Amino acid sequence: MATLVKQYTKAFRHRELVTYGGSGGAFQRAMTDLSSGLALWPLWGRLGWYDILQRYRRSILGPFWLTASMAIMVMGLGVLYAGLFNTAIHDFLPFLCVGLLTWNFISSFLTEGGTLFTGAESHIKQIRVPYSVYVYRSSWSKLIIFAHNFVIYVGVLIYFRNWPGAVAFLAIPGLLLVLFNGALVSLYIGMLSARFRDVPQVINSVVQIIFFMTPIMWKPELLKTRTYISDFNPFFHLLEIVRAPLLGNLPTMGNYLVVLLITSLNVVVVGAFFTRFRPRISYWV
Amino acid sequence: MDTCIVSSPTKVTLENVSVSFPIYHGGSRSLKKSLLFRGTGGHLASDASHRITVEALRNISLQFHAGDRVALIGSNGAGKTTLLRVIAGIYEPTAGTATTCGRISPMFDIGLGIDGEISGYENIRLRALILGLSADEIEERMADIAEFTELGDFLDIPVRTYSTGMLTRLTFAVATCFSPEILLMDEWIVAGDAAFLAKAQHRVKSFIQDASILVLASHSLDISRKWCNKAIWIERGEVKMSGDIENVLAEFTTGV
Repeated sequence: MATLVKQYTKAFRHRELVTYGGSGGAFQRAMTDLSSGLALWPLWGRLGWYDILQRYRRSILGPFWLTASMAIMVMGLGVLYAGLFNTAIHDFLPFLCVGLLTWNFISSFLTEGGTLFTGAESHIKQIRVPYSVYVYRSSWSKLIIFAHNFVIYVGVLIYFRNWPGAVAFLAIPGLLLVLFNGALVSLYIGMLSARFRDVPQVINSVVQIIFFMTPIMWKPELLKTRTYISDFNPFFHLLEIVRAPLLGNLPTMGNYLVVLLITSLNVVVVGAFFTRFRPRISYWV
Repeated sequence: MDTCIVSSPTKVTLENVSVSFPIYHGGSRSLKKSLLFRGTGGHLASDASHRITVEALRNISLQFHAGDRVALIGSNGAGKTTLLRVIAGIYEPTAGTATTCGRISPMFDIGLGIDGEISGYENIRLRALILGLSADEIEERMADIAEFTELGDFLDIPVRTYSTGMLTRLTFAVATCFSPEILLMDEWIVAGDAAFLAKAQHRVKSFIQDASILVLASHSLDISRKWCNKAIWIERGEVKMSGDIENVLAEFTTGV
């Protein structure tokens, strides 16, 4: 028994916990939540990975079902739409492939953001963990899914032998920007959905419309003079900063400017919202 | 406010803590009012924007010191679990201040962080991570935890094959492996078998003497008497009586 009652060593350096009503120091508390959550990476790393494993437990392919189902979709749609649009398949299929991969990544933040906190109710109601942990956890698992799907892109490159060149590395900062915005938005949607349970339903239907309005299944050239349809679509720009480099093209300055604008807007709105309503999350779920 | 450093004594202080829940579900106000007022202990009120709120806790002030083993008693819906959650930092008070000094280990639900498809060992690791231990510290304590659970080879197979009693042992072993300073328990612990209860009690006693605090929410007066030396009687979100366990229990049994 003596060994059980070990002296406290490294963990719990912070023995003090002070919570209080009112809005004093709310910003400071919100920032502490974000930073202390980030430091708990062994926890959210594991939780995020288990989230994926759980879905494919006891199946033979495991998480590679993600890759397999995506590959089937890319091949099927690629062949069909290349025929419908009368475009060369070696041009259209890589475009569709990268577009779908990236869109899947972007849209999952929107559609799964709704269950960010409500899905973690059993944790939230049982123990105090920084709320940001749940954001990092879901963002991490989305990144893992993207990595699994990325294999298809490599396969497509090898099959069609059109190498994008060094410009492809520009996709990395693009992906990080998308990830950052996705994490922010899912935090926002997660809180909103915990409070208003209709939000996830609204988002799901909106996301479907956006999918068809964004040049993923069709090339932006088809818009001809009506480019405003893509210009005013924030998702087009988010998509382009990842898709264009992977296809060997340089994203335009406009793409980056719009994304930076979206990012700063996100930081301000989500920051204010999280600061104001963070303590309410456990009451809402 | 007192400072809380590594060597400070363990302490729980609540000052004028109030917690109120807004009610978002549909239904007319009068219906809610009539149902809730009769059914539970909380008070109904409406806040500034005329939303209906349940005042689960009202102006609670109390202090626990090292060595206290406190039983929270009261009828269903009196606010026992809410109070535990405020101490755990899960509900931040809507008014007032809650201060704790000490490592907190909440044990409200054996299901927390339990993934049925992974092994007992993996679940221990996951749960310990949630409780805030580092990977090294978990491995350091793994032998102790495994020994306490008495699960032996079962720890290698998926947890979904475990019985409730086995899960309880696993949860309890992890929750207490780092000698928590503030141990918060809901009454589910009573569900264990007699042998386990004796063992659990022994373990809790060993570190309560080590300057810790135990807060146990329970309906069972027997359990309260066995585990605790102090009691707080909560009724309708307010402290009705607090003090020595026997006094409070005596008053409680005549009052109910």
